[in-house]
Amino acid sequence: MLDTFANAEIARQAWPILLAGLGNTLLLSVVVVPLGLLGGLILSVTATSFDHPLVRYPLMAWVDFFRAFPPLVLLILLFAGLPFAGIQITGFACVCIAFFLNTGAYYGEILRAGIESVPSGQTEAARSTGLGRLQTMLFVVLPQAVRNVLPDLLSNTLEVVKLTSLGSVVAMPELLFQARQAQSLTYNPTPIVLAAAVYFVLLWPLVRLLSRLENRALAARK
Amino acid sequence: MTNWDRFLETFFNAKMMARYLPDILQGALVTIQIAGLVIVCGLLLGLALALLRSIGLRPLNLLIVFVVDLFRALPPLVIIVFIYFGLPASGVKNWGFIATWLSLTFVLMAFSEEIFWAGITSIPKGQWEAARSTGLSFGQTLINVVLPQALRLTIPPLTNRTIAITKGTALASVVAVGEILGMASSAVSNSYNPSPLTMAAIGYLILFLPLVVLGRWLETRMAWKR
Repeated sequence: MLDTFANAEIARQAWPILLAGLGNTLLLSVVVVPLGLLGGLILSVTATSFDHPLVRYPLMAWVDFFRAFPPLVLLILLFAGLPFAGIQITGFACVCIAFFLNTGAYYGEILRAGIESVPSGQTEAARSTGLGRLQTMLFVVLPQAVRNVLPDLLSNTLEVVKLTSLGSVVAMPELLFQARQAQSLTYNPTPIVLAAAVYFVLLWPLVRLLSRLENRALAARK
Repeated sequence: MTNWDRFLETFFNAKMMARYLPDILQGALVTIQIAGLVIVCGLLLGLALALLRSIGLRPLNLLIVFVVDLFRALPPLVIIVFIYFGLPASGVKNWGFIATWLSLTFVLMAFSEEIFWAGITSIPKGQWEAARSTGLSFGQTLINVVLPQALRLTIPPLTNRTIAITKGTALASVVAVGEILGMASSAVSNSYNPSPLTMAAIGYLILFLPLVVLGRWLETRMAWKR
């Protein structure tokens, strides 16, 4: 049993391969989290700045569309579909586009709730002191909005980092992909166990922090 | 032929769509099967863990928290790949289906336990004390007083989380399950035409868009009531 799932010799051999994968997973996360946040910011600021049915409903439809679409389906659609349209595209570019659309929708929903939670008196006061609309949004509303929905933002960020494992399906050499390579080379599941352990060590602190924040939010409501 | 015609011919090819529609429908059936099993098992297990946790045995609670943390920290695809390739059951029929079902069930169990637990702890202590002092037992208080109030609070977050995890059924295509995406992918490589993928995309929207809209509706409805 131990020989199959935690074979020390194979773990030693697979470690450098996994380490390279971990590096790519981190790199990918550093690229796609800001991309998703950017998408979310565009969606939420547009939705809250122009309170008109012609703006609100299309944006709502956009967000719901990408929340209903499994990210893997989006990724495969781009990766396998775009070449038929004569567009040659790398796995990395596909991952970036898919994450921008998918996680952008989730971040957008969270940030919109955050912006709406800031009382309108804040905007009015800021505007009356002479700040412009953009300045009000950037320096007055957004900082408070982000603080109000910080647990949700962090929770979504955790999901995004976990989602980077989908990159393995389009041959991005991230942690899971490397583990599967190592597994098929060694005919032994140890590399996958090891990769799971690496994910756990990497993300457990974030999960704990989230639990803490959620408990604190509950305690504050009581 | 204009560009638009060529686009339609490629991505919305009627002949290809007609040929592969039965496959996609068959895949949709598998998707619905996995999704249904995951939702029922995951939510029941999550509720069971939350109830166990409310008993307040410290070693048991530490174990529950660890299991929950484990399945919140691991990407679902990693769990699926681990169960599929790692566990020695390659001879079992439909192992990919079972692996996906188990993995997503554990993930939903972990997330729903957190939400159920948050709901239970959000009920003021006075409710417990009042119920116990009228002579209800611990179990009766939990089931008849606390849970009904707690469950109402948990419905909106639970719906959204359940949808997000159920969308993970598409991951089953990675372990060779013939659900919508798996069927569509093999159809694309057989026909060298992406129309089956377009159909798959539409299929997912038909399945999940109503749920997302339902989640949004529940969210606003519960917000008014509070």
